[in-house]
Amino acid sequence: MAAANALEKMSFEEALEELETIVRDLETGKAPLEKSISSYERGIALKQHCENKLRDARSKIEKITVGKDGSLSTKPFDQKE
Amino acid sequence: MPGAEAIKSNVPEFSVSELAFSLKRTLEEQYARIRVRGELSRIKIHTSGHLYTDLKDADAVINAVCWKGTVSKLSVKPEEGLEVICTGRISTYPARSNYQLIIESMELAGEGALLKMLEERRKKLAAEGLFDPARKKPLPFLPETIGVVTSPTGAVIRDILHRLEDRFPRHVLVWPVLVQGPGAAEQIAAAIDGFQNIDPRPDLLIVARGGGSLEDLMPFNEEIVVRAAANSKIPLISAVGHETDTTLIDHAADLRAPTPTGAAEMAVPVRAQLQAQIMQDGQRLYSGLTRLASELQHKLEAKSRGLGDPTRLLEVKTQRLDHAADKLPRVFTFLDHTQKIFDRWSEHLAALQPRLTRDWEKRVDYAGKMLGAYSFENVLQRGFALVRDAQGHVITDAAAIKSGQDLDIQFKDKKHIKVQSR
Repeated sequence: MAAANALEKMSFEEALEELETIVRDLETGKAPLEKSISSYERGIALKQHCENKLRDARSKIEKITVGKDGSLSTKPFDQKE
Repeated sequence: MPGAEAIKSNVPEFSVSELAFSLKRTLEEQYARIRVRGELSRIKIHTSGHLYTDLKDADAVINAVCWKGTVSKLSVKPEEGLEVICTGRISTYPARSNYQLIIESMELAGEGALLKMLEERRKKLAAEGLFDPARKKPLPFLPETIGVVTSPTGAVIRDILHRLEDRFPRHVLVWPVLVQGPGAAEQIAAAIDGFQNIDPRPDLLIVARGGGSLEDLMPFNEEIVVRAAANSKIPLISAVGHETDTTLIDHAADLRAPTPTGAAEMAVPVRAQLQAQIMQDGQRLYSGLTRLASELQHKLEAKSRGLGDPTRLLEVKTQRLDHAADKLPRVFTFLDHTQKIFDRWSEHLAALQPRLTRDWEKRVDYAGKMLGAYSFENVLQRGFALVRDAQGHVITDAAAIKSGQDLDIQFKDKKHIKVQSR
């Protein structure tokens, strides 16, 4: 299990995958109680992390402009252009 | 033979130059704008940038030239053996009386020829391994930034942005490019390459274009675009034309979407679904632990029943305690008895003490009396006297007395008389 993984650095996918693994393990109920409790706590943290990632969803549309010297810059993209 | 002269003179006489320029005029007027179908052969691009080639079919061949400025605008990249229709004009070179086709534009000769060319190009690129399944990169589950290479105008970009917004709003970088016509392929390739080094680097690319004719989609078949897509370090979704259209970039892409909207659907998961999934996971997490806890509790209860009634165990112990406690008073009795003995002896001792001390007093008294009886003073009482010399020493022998010695005589009444011997 990637228990040592720092939550902040985990991608949504990694966090979700670990969360689902924990859920399945917990549902089979084979682990000792103490491990189950720490799994549960880890699971709650992962769930929180996933929720944060989902909450962060904001659209930001930018257009890339190539300057005459080849330099790149971005500016807001106007869809009505 | 004048007849022969006359006939001869009837035929106009041209100088070589006159003929050559006459031919030039005739040909250039007659063939000022023509379309010629043929196969490209012996293609050569001169250092000047002009392109020289032969256009041929089974029975004939014509030289053709395409000036530098036109070459870069051709929608078809001239290739050996390619069957094309060239639009242009005939021009002659009077110095050599050569004539040639000046190519102004070039298109592929029919769909069959185009498809044949594409198939050959596909085979060539496939042989290089550009389409290998091993090269395909997995798409990120949830990209943070999506780079889109497409026309900034039109339905395609709108469709993509709308669908992304519906599913999972993301940071989108649009790299505007021409999607058809001259220069489009170069721009598309440059955009794909450009995205590789941009900051923030997108973690997913979408290269998209709406439907169009086979010719319209040609930029997405160009080698330069296919190579850029194949070399992209960023996972790339191609969405070019309609579902039935296949362009070579589709083979090089990590995933091919049937439409631009489809590309957006492949790019991101549905946020609301994920939220529901996470919520469900949270509930499962909780109920999983709760169930485990209650299972363990039941097990514990079952085990504790096996232990029997603890109060009964306690009763036995209590009984033992009572029993032991019963013995305690006896111990106290023993102590009590011992104390009494001690007390008694103490009394004896106390009674003994005065008797012991009185005995001693008597003996001292007796000794004192004895001492008195034996004292010289008592002898003096009986009429004896004690003689001492001047130093107080007792003189018991008369022989010890010298003549003229001072003597001290003590009598019964303890009076001393000083005498002198003779």
